[in-house]
Amino acid sequence: MPDVRTMNLNDIAVRLDWMLAAPDATLVAAAPDLADELLSRGEAILEIWLTAHDATPTINKVEGFRLLALHRQGARGDASFNACRETCRELVYHRNLVFLDPTHPDTARRLRLGAMVARHLTLFIGGKLEVAGLGEFCCSSRPLRQREAIAQPAEIAGYSRRM
Amino acid sequence: MSGKYKQVAYYPGCALEGTGHSYNRSTKALGKALGLDIVELKNWNCCGAMEVKNVDPKLQTYLSSRNLSIAENMGFDTVMVPCNGCYHNLKKAEYDLANDSASREVTDRLSRKAGHKTYEAGKVETIHALDWIKEAIGEDGLRARVKNSLKGFKIANYYGCMYTRPRHIFPEKDKGAGSESTSKPHFMDDLLAAAGAENVEYPLKTACCGGAHTLSDSDTSTKLVLNLLTTAEACGADVIATECPTCHSGLEMHQMRAEKVFGRKTTVKILYFTQLLGMALGLSARKVGVHENFSDCLDLLRARGLG
Repeated sequence: MPDVRTMNLNDIAVRLDWMLAAPDATLVAAAPDLADELLSRGEAILEIWLTAHDATPTINKVEGFRLLALHRQGARGDASFNACRETCRELVYHRNLVFLDPTHPDTARRLRLGAMVARHLTLFIGGKLEVAGLGEFCCSSRPLRQREAIAQPAEIAGYSRRM
Repeated sequence: MSGKYKQVAYYPGCALEGTGHSYNRSTKALGKALGLDIVELKNWNCCGAMEVKNVDPKLQTYLSSRNLSIAENMGFDTVMVPCNGCYHNLKKAEYDLANDSASREVTDRLSRKAGHKTYEAGKVETIHALDWIKEAIGEDGLRARVKNSLKGFKIANYYGCMYTRPRHIFPEKDKGAGSESTSKPHFMDDLLAAAGAENVEYPLKTACCGGAHTLSDSDTSTKLVLNLLTTAEACGADVIATECPTCHSGLEMHQMRAEKVFGRKTTVKILYFTQLLGMALGLSARKVGVHENFSDCLDLLRARGLG
């Protein structure tokens, strides 16, 4: 397994594409390792976000998973980060499905679905690194341009003073 | 059938008069077929959507509260909203008016200036179209009325992000058995299963579609939607059911854009849950506005004995 600590989002996407294209037998043969790798990929994706924002990624766990602790860390003060809350939880769920029963007939499919969930996390974080407001309106109920509105009270917020 | 929500005020919102017209048509047709009465708010206004909220959230709270005030004046204690964005904004206004004195002050000032009674939190309950059918008819009631079973349809239910987030504005959710879940919503799954459909396990049912950035950063939105579509197909779905006009048009538009820009074709169809339930009750595809969708579903519907 490649060292996820040195990976960027593109490397992660390439690895996930490999997982999605791999034959069933390849996935099944390494199922528990690949299930854990999916979780590590998810952690690496959130670490990239946190590091880009000058935060030190936590080593703590929430509900037994570091991925969920990293998500909680990212969401602190940035409610739009909750747009990937369930994506992280689904990643944990798919990892558990495979890890707890690696010989299940659906193992290859479960790994691929886990890889698709991880890909969504990659796309979301990649998008947020480009446009920080991604997920802002939808999930946080916080205005995108609140700062501008505060900075220009005469023009934008004037209605309340005139009345 | 509890009888609750048998007659409710109806707030369609702006999108349902534009790109979401088929959602408006199918919601009304479904209500009529089920014997439920919906009365459209008189002289309703925009909920504040993202445009107003981005500039001034308290003005958005006022705009949403005016719709709640209209519902109260019309004698209703419940307003039903099919659009996730409107639903979210009305619920947020309710929360802000109950918990934020500054929001109450601005709303009161603007209401007096506009010449109508200030809406007070707690007078009108905002429900989603899913709550409406689930509570007023329920799965058993729906099952008993099905004329054209959705048997054979494999459906991925996509709820989008605004139906469940942020959690604090939806105090009625996550209350155990019978209530909706914010982490794994299931009301749409329940209703479509009652109509005979097979719901596939879809891990991205509340994942971000990049909807708010669909114009400013189209490539990000297209990639997110493409992943939603390919994952639905990988889950075995032939249809994605939606319950929000923004999600719906985003999925349809970016499905086409993904093919045009990235050369990635997906074949999964996109239909509103109200269209699927309407057809299950015997309404024609035209009656529920399938011809107004961008996603061409008619071949699939005809092959399954609908349409």
